[in-house]
Amino acid sequence: MSENNIIKLTYREALKRGIREALQKDEKVFLMGEDVGRYGGAFAVSKGLLQEFGPERIMDVPLSESGFVGAGIGAALNGMRPIVEIMTVNFSLLAMDQIVNNAATLLHMSGGQINVPVVIRISCGIGRQLAAQHSHSWEPLYAHIPGLKVLSAGTHEDARGMLLTALQNRDPVIIFEYTFLLNKEEEISANAGAVDITKAKVRREGRDVSIITYGAGVYKALDAAKELIATGIDAEVIDLRVLRPLDEVTIFNSVKKTHRVLLVEEAWGSVNVSSEVSARIMENVFYELDAPVQRLGGVEVPIPYPKHLEDASIPQNADIVKKVKKMLQHD
Amino acid sequence: MEEVQTIQSLPAIEKNHGLDLLYQMMLIRRFEEKSAELYTKEKIRGFLHLYVGEEAVAVGVINTLSADDNILCTYREHGHALARGIDAGMIMAEMYGKQEGCSRGRGGSMHLFDAKRKFYGGNAIVGGHLAMSVGMALASKKQKKNNITVCFFGEGAAAEGEFHEAMNLAALWSVPVLFVCENNLYAMGTAIRYSHAVTEIEKKGPAYGIETVVVDGMDVLAVENAAGRAVEKIHATGKPYFIVCNTYRFRAHSMFDAELYRDKTEVEEWKKRDPIPKLQQQMLGENFISQNDIVIMSKKVEDEVQKAVDFAEAGTWEPAEELTKFVYSENG
Repeated sequence: MSENNIIKLTYREALKRGIREALQKDEKVFLMGEDVGRYGGAFAVSKGLLQEFGPERIMDVPLSESGFVGAGIGAALNGMRPIVEIMTVNFSLLAMDQIVNNAATLLHMSGGQINVPVVIRISCGIGRQLAAQHSHSWEPLYAHIPGLKVLSAGTHEDARGMLLTALQNRDPVIIFEYTFLLNKEEEISANAGAVDITKAKVRREGRDVSIITYGAGVYKALDAAKELIATGIDAEVIDLRVLRPLDEVTIFNSVKKTHRVLLVEEAWGSVNVSSEVSARIMENVFYELDAPVQRLGGVEVPIPYPKHLEDASIPQNADIVKKVKKMLQHD
Repeated sequence: MEEVQTIQSLPAIEKNHGLDLLYQMMLIRRFEEKSAELYTKEKIRGFLHLYVGEEAVAVGVINTLSADDNILCTYREHGHALARGIDAGMIMAEMYGKQEGCSRGRGGSMHLFDAKRKFYGGNAIVGGHLAMSVGMALASKKQKKNNITVCFFGEGAAAEGEFHEAMNLAALWSVPVLFVCENNLYAMGTAIRYSHAVTEIEKKGPAYGIETVVVDGMDVLAVENAAGRAVEKIHATGKPYFIVCNTYRFRAHSMFDAELYRDKTEVEEWKKRDPIPKLQQQMLGENFISQNDIVIMSKKVEDEVQKAVDFAEAGTWEPAEELTKFVYSENG
């Protein structure tokens, strides 16, 4: 197979290939989560893996989020490399004590003696009419916590590769995955694998404005950029990828190039990732700006069930296009 | 439902072993009294929870373990750390917040750690370490390690959902974990009758299919006997085991506690069951020691505690420039 070999696959399949490769590479790796085995994964991500790897490595767990996340942390303390899957970000709140009070603190509280090499995969995102207890964008809750590394897999490439790199890490890593993208097909290199998890990535080069986003915003921003080019606006799209610790260099370089910034995310507008990125731009590269930093975030409402209201609660492509045009005074 | 057995102490006691247990309990007692003193002198700050009265539990259980076994404790863990063999000076330095402390001063009284001795805290979210202990035992099972994991917690933790999740997971996955409930009858100031509908904590083990025994936590030989049998059983079956130790703390919950919630007469009644004089009487009765030996031992304990204080006093403060160390691993 040549390096240029390109394959087309769904986001779901990309996730599965990442998990499978991780399991093949290291016998200390195992997957634990609700319905990951016999059911095949709530979103069919781990379908077939139980048959391939057996119940010791694909562990169905009871509905005990705090219990099984805590057990994953314990297993990591004692030599294993667990991948803990949490079915939705809403359920992760039941395990927040384990993640925040244990996983994120043990290294520090022990004066550097105890590492917690656990990887926690959390499904999240909005767009499948799952209403207020099954769909939110709560990356900022976790991005607030020192001691955690927080990743967001906004592309197929990252869905395929982030897990592999995360498993090389000695600290707790949380990976956010997006249910809205599961069926979306994209092309990636056939030999795609582990990706860098320390840096943001320029997904599209441009010179007029930097659209800085992550997760569910990445493909939306890329689509918006395509529309904008027809109107003569050349937008750069930055995928943050790593929400903690933030890669300031990539952000600031883009600001220095385009001098205009639009921050886009689905998380609620107040106190979100964009707030932090915006503040850091002000503190560090304020004089590079030709216009005030603008933000598009989630409307501050629990996610509603009806499609039209759900759509209205998060930034859409059209909102991005409109906002950028306004920033560049094209309308 | 299986019956819950009450475990008594073995009739015979071996002299040197008895001396060992006595020394450890007396060391913990004196160490704790000294800590209280140092707290009033503001050498130790934060929360300080003393183990006075409960010494027989940590000493009885930990003496049955091997160096490979993992131990997780609550925030009332100075006694466990001493029983595990962590140097008293390093524990005291930790409480002073000095970088010579067993957690480099980052944890304090509630977060004593020693990775080499497989001592995993010092955990101060009640019930938060139970699931971790199950995970550690799961990892031992997966890697075919021949060690067990011991998790100490109070009866207050048994009201947490995490207790029930952990018990279920341990039994469901059949992992080598020993749960030890130190039932001292009060969750801070809330008596057990105000926090549990069923106050016999030992009844909660069999509900999860976990072999459970109850033991007098004021009798170190009984605790040791129960723990020894438990450890043996866990090694034989690979399954979890639950010991409920009925005990009592003689001092307040923490240094901020005015003890409005219990009668002085109740405390005095429990003091009659003090595990230290109890073992001393047994040793005297067997003619293994004399009153003078006890005096000599007290002096030795006093010296060790003083040495610990001196070590802590001589310790150094970590430079503030190192504040953000240990948030992430240095080499990823």
